[in-house]
Amino acid sequence: MPGLATIKRLEAHIIFIAASIVFIAGVAFVPAQAGVFNPETFTLENGLQVVVIPNHRSPVVSQMVWYKVGSADDPPGKSGVAHLLEHLMFKGTKVMAPGEYSKILARNGGRENAFTSNDTTAYYQVVAVDRLELVMKLEADRMVNLVLTDADVLPERNVVVEERRARTDNNPAALLDEQMSAALYLNHPYRRPVIGWKHELESLTTEDVLAFYRRYYAPDNAILIVSGDITADKLKPLAEKYYGSIPARKVAKRVRLKEPPHRAARRVQLRSPQVREPRWGRDYLAPGFSSGEKRHAYALEVLNDILAGGATSRLYRSLVVEQKIAVSAGASYDGDAYDLGTFSFYGQPAAGIGMDRFEAAMDAEIAKLLGSGVTINEVKRAKKRLLAGAIYARDSLRRGARAIGTALTTGQTVDDVETWPEHIKAVTRERVNEAARAVFKISNSVTGLLLPEKAQKAQKAEQP
Amino acid sequence: MNARAFMPGGRAFDSAIAFIVVLGVNLAVTLGPAAAISIQRVVSEKGIEAWLVEDHAVPVLSMRFAFRGGAALDAKGKEGLADMVSSLLDEGAGPLDSQAFQGRLEDLSISLGFMAGLDNFGGTLRTLSENRAAAFDLLRLALTRPRFDPEPVERIRAQLLAHLARSAERPRGIASRTWYKAAFPDHPYGRPAEGTPASIKRITARDLKDFVARRLGRDNLMISVVGDISAKELAPLLDSTFGGLPARAQPFTVAEVAPTAAGEMFVIEKDIPQSVVMFGHRGIKRDDPDYYTAYVMIRILGGGGFTSRLTEEIREKRGLAYSVYSYLSAFDHAGLIMGGVATGNDRVAKTIELIRAEWAKLRAKGVGAEELADAKTYLTGSFFTRLNSTRRIASVLLSVQLDGLGIDYLERRNGLIEAVTEADVKRVAKRLLDPAKLTFVVVGAPEGVKPTREAPAGKI
Repeated sequence: MPGLATIKRLEAHIIFIAASIVFIAGVAFVPAQAGVFNPETFTLENGLQVVVIPNHRSPVVSQMVWYKVGSADDPPGKSGVAHLLEHLMFKGTKVMAPGEYSKILARNGGRENAFTSNDTTAYYQVVAVDRLELVMKLEADRMVNLVLTDADVLPERNVVVEERRARTDNNPAALLDEQMSAALYLNHPYRRPVIGWKHELESLTTEDVLAFYRRYYAPDNAILIVSGDITADKLKPLAEKYYGSIPARKVAKRVRLKEPPHRAARRVQLRSPQVREPRWGRDYLAPGFSSGEKRHAYALEVLNDILAGGATSRLYRSLVVEQKIAVSAGASYDGDAYDLGTFSFYGQPAAGIGMDRFEAAMDAEIAKLLGSGVTINEVKRAKKRLLAGAIYARDSLRRGARAIGTALTTGQTVDDVETWPEHIKAVTRERVNEAARAVFKISNSVTGLLLPEKAQKAQKAEQP
Repeated sequence: MNARAFMPGGRAFDSAIAFIVVLGVNLAVTLGPAAAISIQRVVSEKGIEAWLVEDHAVPVLSMRFAFRGGAALDAKGKEGLADMVSSLLDEGAGPLDSQAFQGRLEDLSISLGFMAGLDNFGGTLRTLSENRAAAFDLLRLALTRPRFDPEPVERIRAQLLAHLARSAERPRGIASRTWYKAAFPDHPYGRPAEGTPASIKRITARDLKDFVARRLGRDNLMISVVGDISAKELAPLLDSTFGGLPARAQPFTVAEVAPTAAGEMFVIEKDIPQSVVMFGHRGIKRDDPDYYTAYVMIRILGGGGFTSRLTEEIREKRGLAYSVYSYLSAFDHAGLIMGGVATGNDRVAKTIELIRAEWAKLRAKGVGAEELADAKTYLTGSFFTRLNSTRRIASVLLSVQLDGLGIDYLERRNGLIEAVTEADVKRVAKRLLDPAKLTFVVVGAPEGVKPTREAPAGKI
């Protein structure tokens, strides 16, 4: 419907202008949200963990299969293989011709997609509840029966090269992000882009992909999450029927390279003729919900809301409204990582404000935070907003599945998700201040600058 | 990262087809009435109407509303006015200055936002039930007593200018603005809804206030509400929230228009590895009797899915692009068929050739029985699976109202799609699709693509 398209476009606009809307939704949902999804869980004999999230609003279900593997598990020299495999899962199996899978889905009114991150690869379909058995049959089939030849892999590899160009190579901000990650992590595979370095992506082979598939795709390394108009009682026999016969592979627990101590702050800078507006960002390594000093994770969520939870938050109010040094200023915390989380700051200087002045103002905010800390009132307000976000999260078919899937593939438990509100309630001013002091050490960070090509005039001015 | 923005196609086995035909029959039955949403028409004492879907599962309410008349009414030289108003209504109103107003929204976790389209000016409100009264009251203040204080006006102006500069960095933004400027040189649809740096700088507080006084009238208002509220509770809130608006907005007209620059190829040189291509030609408006046929046809040609011929030829068979698509774009006063693709600079010429060939093939031969049936069951089945949050449902109900489709539309929609025949598609393809008329804009460093004339001048 054209009307829908119009509205979608408009919503994208709102996200830019009224940053507060994004943050109310965003911050509350990103980590392991509000424990009121009330899921039911069971595990099959072959190790497949099953989660059912009832939601009876309409006769619709979503099936997601999450694998505990992501781009950080790409073998050295083969970056991008986890993501390329995700694309190729839509090709054929022993009983399906290439492409047939998606054709059947669509003909049945189903929507589907998949995504890959550092730690996770997930596949999902949304269908009418009477099609659930069909999608379970199809998803179980490709868990074990994938067939790939060069005729499938080579054109799809080109598709991913174009995807990389669209996402990254054509976009200086994304290229800078890639450089920042590579600089932030000295040793850990999070330093590599999910989509892969171009030269490695272009040399991936059919055998590379199949080896990865055979190693990681198995019921004992997967989680089935069905949400919508269904109960565990109804789902269990279907799960047994379609997934129960797939043999376990005894997939080993993930062990990635560890970071050595970080002793020096890093800085990267990217200039491009495409850039008209300079931008600034800084990423700190941070504990996550299943890594490092885990107790800090909840405090960091509260801190993030204090710093960047809307137009009255610290950074926007100080840098944009009061000092008028920036057109935007924010922060984000990502604690949903199997190994290491990140806490990021970002912003754009106001017209006529130099990058040095912008960065000094941002540093002053961080110094103020480390010096005098947050107030009791700030903590109270942020907690209230985060807890409200947990209620909003239930108003959706996918939030619960996303939150639980992310948690279970990054070393957390269903209980972590369900008790999230209790942990947020327990955060104190002292714990927020302690977490801030633990994380914001400049030696643990990378700072990135996105700048226009130097103009002719500016160069002349520099050489009087 | 989402790998599958657009789904691949392929070949089906006979056994699978038989299996699906059976399911296909079920689909129409179960997803029609069973998933039908019960929409109430709520009319307040002052005569303000809203469509309501009650849903008490979660203590949350979502509202969408819109006034007819959007950015296309911005005066020449003041382009971006509607957009700027939309960014400022929640920046201080009544006794509350910007920080106080935003602080109240944040304390109560209320989402309030406004948006300007070319044909309408809209808003969205979402709140927890416990804060419902405060949420509607903040909306009332925003609509009826916005302050437009100097501090937020200048702050938002700076953000809009930065946004314009950033979208001028993006190849897709450049392609889009160029396409519309070339197609509608003398019509507001050819001007960017978000304005230009010069026009944004020119807008005054007086302009902003005039906009609110003239444009936001109850006669142009449409409202949809979904969630934890009854009709009885909603009616008085409609009066208290919207009742203070003028009964009538200033009358306006926008001329009907058809795109020009048919058949032209514009190239905007940028030193980037991938060319971004936008293309399109005249299409069909929402009230045209052939609309549903065109809708099914465009799904087969380039809709986001397995039967898409463009995806099959360009992505699946040849690996030329991550995504390629076509869609109907129906404005109130113009109809378009649009599409897009992005591909390496050395592959653009080939890709454009394939797009034109698919356009010609569908025009000449129409579609097959099986692909038509598949497209219909996708469109009828998938629609209801999307209605899965109060926000989403409110948004769909609002577009049904904006398009004037009637409160029973959701019950009729699948029937309208199912009624489309092969002969209809053949006729409508001849009427609408014409590869020689496609206007292309290529942004990048394409090899072997010759522009037919220079891209329209002016700040893009």
